[in-house]
Amino acid sequence: MAAVQDAPMELDAEKETKPEILSDGTSNLSGNTASGTLSSPPLTAGGAPKQEDQQTLIAVLQFLRRNKLTESVEILRREACLEDQEDSQTLDGSGGGKGDGDGGDANSLLSRVSIASAAAPQIISSTSMYDQPDVSVVLSAYSQQGDPSLYQVYYSSLKNFIESVLDCHRAELSQLFYPLFVHMYLELVYNNHENKAKAFFEKFSGDQECYYQDDLRILCGLTKKEHLKGNEALLDFRTSRFVLRISRDSYQLLKRHLQERHNNQIWNIIQEHLYIDIFDGMPRSKSQIDSMSGSFAGETRREVNKAKVFYGLLKEPEIEVPLDDEDDEAENEEGKPKKKKTKKDSMGSKSKKQDPNAPQQNRIPLPELKDSDKLDKIMYMKESTKRIRLGPENLPSICFYSFLNAYQGLTAVDFTDDSSLLAGGFADSTVRVWSATPKKLRKVKSAAELNLIDKESDDVLERIMDEKTASESKNLYGHSGPVYGVSFSPDRNYLLSSSEDGTVRLWSLQTFTCLVGYKGHNYPVWDTHFSPFGYYFVSGGHDRVARLWATDHYQPLRIFAGHLADVTCTRFHPNSNYVVTGSTDRTIRLWDVLNGNCVRFFTGHKGPIHSLAFSPNGKFLASGSTDGRVLLWDIGHGLMIGELKGHTDTIYALKFSRDGEILASGSMDNTVRLWDSMKAFDDMETDDFTAATGHIHLPDNSQELLLGMYHSKSTPVTHLHFTRRNLLLAAGAYNSQ
Amino acid sequence: MTEREERRFAEVPRESIKLMAESSGVELSEEVAALLAEDVCYRLREATQNSSQFMRHAKRRKLSVEDLNRALRWSNTETICGYGAQDALPFRPLKEGELFFVEDREINLVELALATNIPKGCAETMVRVHVSYLDGKGNLEPQGTVPTAVQSLSEDLLKYYQQITRAILGEDPHLMKVALLDLQSNSKIAALLPYFVYVISGVKSVSHDLDQLNRLLHMVKSLVQNPYLYLGSYVRSLVSSVMYCILEPLAASINPLNDHWTLRDYAALLLSHIFWTHGDLVSGLYHQILLSLQKVLSDPVRPLCSHYGAVVGLHALGWKAVERVLYPHLPAYWANLQAVLDDYSVSNAQVKADGHKVYGAILVAVERLLKMKALSLTLAAEGSGAGLPAGCPWEEWTPVSLPAMYCELYSFFGDSLAVRFSTGLPLGGQNSVHIMMITFCCFVLRAFLTGGLFLSRVCRSLARSSSSSVSRSRSSSSRPGRSTSQSRDIFPKARFPLPQAGPPAFSFIIGGRQMGRRCQGRRFQTSFSPTPPLTTHPPRAYAHKLPVIGRVSKPVRRWTCSHYSLHLPL
Repeated sequence: MAAVQDAPMELDAEKETKPEILSDGTSNLSGNTASGTLSSPPLTAGGAPKQEDQQTLIAVLQFLRRNKLTESVEILRREACLEDQEDSQTLDGSGGGKGDGDGGDANSLLSRVSIASAAAPQIISSTSMYDQPDVSVVLSAYSQQGDPSLYQVYYSSLKNFIESVLDCHRAELSQLFYPLFVHMYLELVYNNHENKAKAFFEKFSGDQECYYQDDLRILCGLTKKEHLKGNEALLDFRTSRFVLRISRDSYQLLKRHLQERHNNQIWNIIQEHLYIDIFDGMPRSKSQIDSMSGSFAGETRREVNKAKVFYGLLKEPEIEVPLDDEDDEAENEEGKPKKKKTKKDSMGSKSKKQDPNAPQQNRIPLPELKDSDKLDKIMYMKESTKRIRLGPENLPSICFYSFLNAYQGLTAVDFTDDSSLLAGGFADSTVRVWSATPKKLRKVKSAAELNLIDKESDDVLERIMDEKTASESKNLYGHSGPVYGVSFSPDRNYLLSSSEDGTVRLWSLQTFTCLVGYKGHNYPVWDTHFSPFGYYFVSGGHDRVARLWATDHYQPLRIFAGHLADVTCTRFHPNSNYVVTGSTDRTIRLWDVLNGNCVRFFTGHKGPIHSLAFSPNGKFLASGSTDGRVLLWDIGHGLMIGELKGHTDTIYALKFSRDGEILASGSMDNTVRLWDSMKAFDDMETDDFTAATGHIHLPDNSQELLLGMYHSKSTPVTHLHFTRRNLLLAAGAYNSQ
Repeated sequence: MTEREERRFAEVPRESIKLMAESSGVELSEEVAALLAEDVCYRLREATQNSSQFMRHAKRRKLSVEDLNRALRWSNTETICGYGAQDALPFRPLKEGELFFVEDREINLVELALATNIPKGCAETMVRVHVSYLDGKGNLEPQGTVPTAVQSLSEDLLKYYQQITRAILGEDPHLMKVALLDLQSNSKIAALLPYFVYVISGVKSVSHDLDQLNRLLHMVKSLVQNPYLYLGSYVRSLVSSVMYCILEPLAASINPLNDHWTLRDYAALLLSHIFWTHGDLVSGLYHQILLSLQKVLSDPVRPLCSHYGAVVGLHALGWKAVERVLYPHLPAYWANLQAVLDDYSVSNAQVKADGHKVYGAILVAVERLLKMKALSLTLAAEGSGAGLPAGCPWEEWTPVSLPAMYCELYSFFGDSLAVRFSTGLPLGGQNSVHIMMITFCCFVLRAFLTGGLFLSRVCRSLARSSSSSVSRSRSSSSRPGRSTSQSRDIFPKARFPLPQAGPPAFSFIIGGRQMGRRCQGRRFQTSFSPTPPLTTHPPRAYAHKLPVIGRVSKPVRRWTCSHYSLHLPL
């Protein structure tokens, strides 16, 4: 969707520089290019820039120079203190003659670079970054080619071979079909063999796995070299190496076959465009492979998910809780429980001993608790003592919030944690906030009127509110495109909304006005989410990156680049140290807020991911996609641990109950389903072997785990929320057609 | 392009490209057109793919023009304007040019600007919450089944109320039909019931307007038929409104051209329906109705149309009511009626015509009384019918024997009284009853000539030969299932098939003065008089409401296949 005309130029640069350049901004370039050099007060920068960061910087400089942005070059140089290094680097590069020495040409190196920045931190020796990173160069890898008329012969001979091998190897080697097919087809298209490409497509497209249908649909329309240049998705496919995991035995078999037949064409493709992750041991079965494949870029490399993730919860701050015998009325009247005869919180005892998996309390700086936050925590604890213990025998009640007269325009919903407010984002660019309690919404009085208030009075907080403005709902106007994501701040003072107009807006729920418009994505922003501690928030959009922001910074603190397609869904980990993103490329990535690294990479979905939810203990992740399946992930081990089948349409909402026993999923198919998440987590086998190899055996037990299915009347479920007492709230727009 | 069927996507053919180019004045060679066509296809597909992403994020199933426009905008392409309408745009072929195009009608802006029916804005988006599932079990459906008269009206209910009343009392018959249907089936209008009852009680203020009265009666019927409504004490109010239509000398009756008779007939039917289905809600309702009917009948000052209403009302309430009220009162009333009928002066013509109406109505009622009584006696004699239902509280009343009753009636009506008995039904003890059809038919003919036309199926064959308008009315109104077979020995029945086993039935059709302007009154009647909805109700919904009083072991369904049907000829 990016501009067809100028996309090629930018695209490549985007690859190496993390797509900051996408924004017009010379200004944007100044501080935020590489994650290591981020300068933001709350976040301490993570050490000196490494070698690869310098490479990236140099690439950026070259790009700028080529585009005659001399000023920016100067600024960047100054800020990164690069003057000397760059020169020496250049000398180094040319002196080493890397391009020729490695046997691969510049292009393959380039592609490796892009992998490095995309998939995982991978140390590359100094690459020849001064080469012109241009689309034509990237594509020219396809120029070396065999006889186009023989492509069909090559492919079918490999197909015959794979079909003739032993069953155990066949399943593994069948993984080759799809990437080979795509690369060969693109090669034919690139070299203008249009008819041959069409014939090739006709002949072999039927063999591909059904979950690649979406990609094939894009592919089949693409018959000209010119088309290729404008298509970001396929450029990505080309530049990132498709990852396959094959056992050593199967790989040997394949290698021997190709060498015997002198099938160099295919061998070249495998060498250049595929990344084969070879493991020792038993080949995997077809079902094992199917459960992990389906993403746009192949599977996860084993080493990617090895990084340590601190998934534990932060220690709860110790708050003095008023005694239980103090009746609620008295406290409510005073607003603040000032005469509190206090005792130690019983709920806090759980979190007193430090969770070994928890990050350090100050791993990322968190905002200090205000008095009002403490009050809220007390309320939370009081509520949680009245919480209903859920389980297979004890299912939650469901309240449905139906949006009437939304005319198909409801695009996003969020509840506050205490379920007192409800926000809806609409296709007509508005955001509306409703009060879910009898308490009406009031604005703060105007400045002139505020001057007249007696500031010393006890009920000053009440006096500042303008009673005339009390109403059940408030409209927030400001966006100029459909609002795709809304998120309340934990303290209920702010609301975030992300929109098609490329901005994220921060609204005050005191004045019901827009406070900040965060610009940076420049393309539709699909989702945004507040950190559970406030202050930070994350957003993800069509520009294929997720950004971490702080509310008091107009520029992002981190840019999480790596997804090959739109970032459709973003969520904060309960301990606020991690961010998870789901994407149209059918993968999920977990990012470390501290250093911007991708620490987990999950594949297995067969469609774009539209919903994500962390379990309350932070150990597990649930994800839902357009294919109607919910997948469960163990964050610590980096493994898929469950698959919940049942929904027949896109899952737009996922939520764990407050204690994590029940997972609720809401879908476009007008149903809410409840799953026994405790059982799903208990059933999984996480022995060391599984953890080491990543070969999982998924029990097909969706039916056992399904606790209930609840139909709405022609209302797709857009959002789910558990109240503090474990009542399930669902929201969606009633659809009269 | 050879394996076209293999392709799973739309294509723009070269010819279209050429045509489009020509329309903008460019001549394209075959080659260029082919290249362009392919590129257009690709771009279209790309745009569609991209737009589907906007659809998914808007959480919709339907791709909209807006989605495509967004995709185009983000790829720096001009957006398409003018296709944002909600309704589907008709896509039409033009045979001569093999051209397909979207119809683009011209809009008269002046007309639009000066139009009086300014479209209202969309309703405000709102959120409503309800507990869908309690403890993960069951759906808590019931909403509006409890009488909620005290609760304040929500805004949407108020809007609904306004819309419905406006539609029913408005001009558009189609809209009225829709509104009535909804009123009949909507489960959430309990809160509005008092308001509707109030509207209906406005019959008194529109007694000059037959049309409005009719509409209000239809409203009553819809409310009564709504299975979700608990009428409670509102039955009394509804009954009094209906009784008003039956009995009062309406302002509309002053003009003899107004067919208030049909209205009274309809109201009487409605009364019996309310009574049969909701009579148990108000104690003593039956008694009260009978009393008021009796009062009207015994009041000689009242105009004849009121008397007619009383007779029709009694008839609708069943033969027992006739036996108890009309029959004992007949001797006294007969003298008055006779005086009217025997006055041949010109000034009396109108009153006399009305008198004939009453006469006819009494005759019908009495005839049915005789028949039903005979039947009930038979059943009692056989001992199979579980005896006579002893629901009536008037215990002190002693029944008159059938022969005595017949004799007395015969003394009033003479040969006009014709009772037909099926030859097939074993009706013992009926030998004393004479069958005198010819005189009855004479009466009918006479009634026809004097303006109020009573057409019995029996006399149709007779009337057909003499009046073309009658045969026309018959042909359009003959309704299978209604015809009776009782006359098979005497009258040809070729045109009226379906001999129906069952109790003796009698059906007649009233044609009025509006025969000439057939369209007006009829349209009403056709859409509402034989409404089936009652049969669609679950029988148990009414089971408990069935009145014990005067119930003659007949299902409530008698509303639809009534033995006595007042039906306007089509």
